[in-house]
Amino acid sequence: MFKPSALSDWTLFILFSAAILTMPIWLAPLGANYPDLMQKFAIFGIFAIGFNILFGLTGYLSFGHAAFLGVGSYTAVWSFKLLTMNVIPALIFSVIMAGVFALVIGFVSLRRSGIYFSILTLAFAQMSFNLAYSVLTPITNGESGLQLTLRDPRVLDAAAGVAVGRSLPSTNLFGLKMSGLPGFYICAVMLIIAFFLSMRIFRSPFGMMLKAIKSNQTRMAYTGFNTRPYLLAAFVISGMYAGLAGSLMAVTDPLAGAERMQWTASGEVVLMTILGGAGTLIGPVLGSAIIKYAENIFSAFNTSELRQIFDFMPDGLQQVSVAVSSMFVGEAWHFTLGLTFMIVVIFLPGGIMEGFRRIGGLFRRSDAKAGKVESSAAAAHS
Amino acid sequence: MENTVLHVADVHKSFAGLHALSDIDLSVREGETHAIIGPNGAGKSTLLNVCIGRLKPDTGHVIFNGENLTGRAPHEINQLGVVRVFQTPEIFPDLTLLENVMVPILAKRDGSFKMSWFRRFSSELNVRNKAMGVLQDLGLGEFTNAMATNLSRGDKRRLELAMGLAQEPKLLLLDEPTAGMARHDTNATIDLLKKIKAGGMTKVIIEHDMHVVFSLADRISVLAGGRIICQGTPEEVKNDPRVKEAYLGEEQV
Repeated sequence: MFKPSALSDWTLFILFSAAILTMPIWLAPLGANYPDLMQKFAIFGIFAIGFNILFGLTGYLSFGHAAFLGVGSYTAVWSFKLLTMNVIPALIFSVIMAGVFALVIGFVSLRRSGIYFSILTLAFAQMSFNLAYSVLTPITNGESGLQLTLRDPRVLDAAAGVAVGRSLPSTNLFGLKMSGLPGFYICAVMLIIAFFLSMRIFRSPFGMMLKAIKSNQTRMAYTGFNTRPYLLAAFVISGMYAGLAGSLMAVTDPLAGAERMQWTASGEVVLMTILGGAGTLIGPVLGSAIIKYAENIFSAFNTSELRQIFDFMPDGLQQVSVAVSSMFVGEAWHFTLGLTFMIVVIFLPGGIMEGFRRIGGLFRRSDAKAGKVESSAAAAHS
Repeated sequence: MENTVLHVADVHKSFAGLHALSDIDLSVREGETHAIIGPNGAGKSTLLNVCIGRLKPDTGHVIFNGENLTGRAPHEINQLGVVRVFQTPEIFPDLTLLENVMVPILAKRDGSFKMSWFRRFSSELNVRNKAMGVLQDLGLGEFTNAMATNLSRGDKRRLELAMGLAQEPKLLLLDEPTAGMARHDTNATIDLLKKIKAGGMTKVIIEHDMHVVFSLADRISVLAGGRIICQGTPEEVKNDPRVKEAYLGEEQV
């Protein structure tokens, strides 16, 4: 019977790290090994891992996590403008700021549970989005987004005597420029750290309490636990993850816009987590990579390309084929996404990870007569 | 005189004008098993809910070891050592049996909130062994790694009892521990509760089944129409004309 032993966790962690760090190699056949896309995989992986700590463990569905993503981005850009182009302070400040925001929003939202909690978080995120667009223009630069300028003070850089060139400086890690592959690698390292911390949380007594809250919150209270601080801690941690993801967006591309806080961005992370498998360790990373990869593939098609693909067909059939398939690609790729999501939720409510588990279960059943109790226990742990 | 552990003093509770409880005065002594019986709708469950903080009494107090329980949050009452076992099993269906019992032990050890996120839950060997012991005592030792949701109803109730006992409560409140059980399971539960009784844990049992009540209780309070109509040893209660009336009155309907 499979129990999450310390050893198997380390194996998982090492395999995960190896897979992430070698992405530029094994993604080459898929045509997805360019830094921009891999950065997205890593950044949204972090976002989804953090979201999963709240949603996967406690079952509290936040529809406002994009607010923390946005806070992270703005903070990072301000750190680049005011202090230094070095990414370390930006990352640290972003995580702290997102944590503070999450503390406030979580404190209020967690007074309710279920759908009311979701609505409250959604309302807060929309509020942040609208504030960023209008009232807070001095901080967020409104519609045009917060950008670097040549006149920025950058006090630490100035003190260190970094010469201001004619072009905008680029973000760096002690001199190493954070664009291209190095940019991917800082995201990858952050993803590995994020994964490790999430694994520790999953296996810890704290994580077990969160799972128990999801299973039966009333019972938790009668068992002697004050569930509110547990939930708030989970909310703040997942908000900090979102802040980290947001700041990495700014690291790889130093600008921040309010659209990062929009509800579609909050919805996306929900899709990623559920598609991959909420409550599993790997699922959210997988879900975010699949969605970002599919977005990349499907949204790239345009009508002329489709015509080329269906060139071999007779004229009338070609037009019909192009018309039908254009409903699924290009701008309309969200339709494909929605359809996939529906199929997964209906047939595999546990996401892709449940699919893997079922396939694994088929093999296991054939070589051993696993008792009903045993296999269900194993399913819950894998 | 023996020590009073739980003192329900002058409690009134009404719902929309309906007097669910009136003039309730009740003392539970240390080490005794106190049964609360009464016909349906007598207010037994309301009384229990007042004791664990789920309901707030309109007037009066519930005092436990000198602490006023009135108006306290459920987790605070649990932390004081009052544990309730529910009538419909309240367990963690998505956790294994072992985890179900380990969680309450951690509540007792670590208090109502502790951020221990870097240790491994499965490395809590003391907690684990203790939970294993309790599960074995209750005849659930074989299924420790099964999901609680897969248990039969009888086993779920036993699991909940295990969760309660694992906290070594100062006062255990049992809400109809044998309701819906087959005769065989009922007898097993009685034996089990007798065993706990030998250990000297103070218990309050709400029960319908007279067989269970008379084989376990040291003292009995009879509740009817929201009032305590009689209090005493099983012998005294059995022979009390008011009790006969309350029960016969119900059974003739």
